[in-house]
Amino acid sequence: MTKLKGLKCRECGRRYPSSPVHICEFCFGPVEVDYDYDALKGVITRQSIAAGPPSIWRYRELLPIEGDVAVGHHVGFTPLIRSQNLAEELGVRELWIKNDSVCHPTWSFKDRVVAVAVTRAKEFGFDTIACASTGNLANSVAAHAAEARLKSYIFIPADLEQGKIVATLVYQPTLVAVEGTYDEVNRLCSEVSDKYRWAFVNINIRPYYSEGSKTYGYEILEQLGWRAPGHIVVPCAGGSLITKIWKAIREFASLGLIERPATRMYAAQAAGCGPIVTMVKNDTDVLTPVRPNTIAKSLAIGNPADGYYAYRVVKDSGGYGEHATDEEIVEGMLLLARTEGIFTETAGGVTVAVTKKLIETGVIPRDESIVICITGNGLKTPDVLYERLDTHVTIRPLLSAFDRALAELKSQARS
Amino acid sequence: MARMRVRLTFPPERIQEPVIYHLVKDFDIITNIRRADVKADHGWVILELEAKEETLERGIAWLKGKGVKVDPVERDVIVP
Repeated sequence: MTKLKGLKCRECGRRYPSSPVHICEFCFGPVEVDYDYDALKGVITRQSIAAGPPSIWRYRELLPIEGDVAVGHHVGFTPLIRSQNLAEELGVRELWIKNDSVCHPTWSFKDRVVAVAVTRAKEFGFDTIACASTGNLANSVAAHAAEARLKSYIFIPADLEQGKIVATLVYQPTLVAVEGTYDEVNRLCSEVSDKYRWAFVNINIRPYYSEGSKTYGYEILEQLGWRAPGHIVVPCAGGSLITKIWKAIREFASLGLIERPATRMYAAQAAGCGPIVTMVKNDTDVLTPVRPNTIAKSLAIGNPADGYYAYRVVKDSGGYGEHATDEEIVEGMLLLARTEGIFTETAGGVTVAVTKKLIETGVIPRDESIVICITGNGLKTPDVLYERLDTHVTIRPLLSAFDRALAELKSQARS
Repeated sequence: MARMRVRLTFPPERIQEPVIYHLVKDFDIITNIRRADVKADHGWVILELEAKEETLERGIAWLKGKGVKVDPVERDVIVP
């Protein structure tokens, strides 16, 4: 197929053939997939996309695979929900929720990137898939490797709680618990990926893996009726997702699939781990690594690989960024659940809390279209809410006891 | 000989010190700088280090002792 031109360094522009390479040999900058957009013009149309399957693969011409889809046939095409209740509470005219908390099969947007990574890894002839992860990515890699009937190795810090591991272990990968500090475990994983001929999805396969995130953006545009919203609020961990949603918008615009976009991109991070938002607020392109200290574990990347590029997207689009405290994150989770019936993980709480702040401070106008990105499911990590939720009333099994309790509850509600 | 591609992030108080010079002279590590951004109040350098594995480990431990952050060029690869 001709659509893939190969890889291109994001720093020096040097080109490489399409291969399992993630770092430019000259400047050590990250490389990304380059497409032949001229060849795609007119070939990809709204009709051709709409005729595709209800999954990420309806956009396969803009994804870095060459053959048949290998795994994850049902990943993506999650609901884009027009919010009524949350919009009313926030006092905005048009609010949409892109809900990847119900992404098949492991309930987070990571299924998008992993499905693409594993498919590409199979095309390269790898027989082993690997990653270093403490949560959603591990779940998804283990699940897709199982479906692909490939071996999988998941590296985790040895002190990770057992409860976090079950949703990965169930797919029966080889789990390697590494003792040591975070930095030591991190460096070991980089060295392992360098030495073994495995498809480390977020290291040597990263250029292909990260392209899967574009589908989150394509879906927003298509589901909005082939238009770009005014504002998109994106949770940031490694910083890749916000850059790929931005790339999706620009690709659709250059292919003539949407009108001239004027979308502003907003980065949402926890106060206890927000180096990208700190860059935005301080208006500096220098990222200062931090030690994460937040309940938003699914966003806890202190030295994000795409931090600089995420910062650039925010600046170039005219957006902004905001932090959310742990308390605000929980309030955000509860607000989304109470108003829309969606139970998101802490990352979603960050996004809701940050959106609220940006609206209240006038950064996001109330009369323009807003999309908030919900990227993971709350049922995986309910522990953050244990101490914050309470049963309202406990009674003996007597109708009279219930009558009394109900009267009391009603009187409390009135006061 | 082992090779390692790393990103060094310098705290402001080390900006004026010849840290990489000492890495070469005192540890006999071959360095090959590929990209860098050093200003008055911050600095990072991306480079390749080459030496015996044990020597590299000693050199990295010394850097960390100086308050220099040593990361793979990919930065954080452990993803939630």
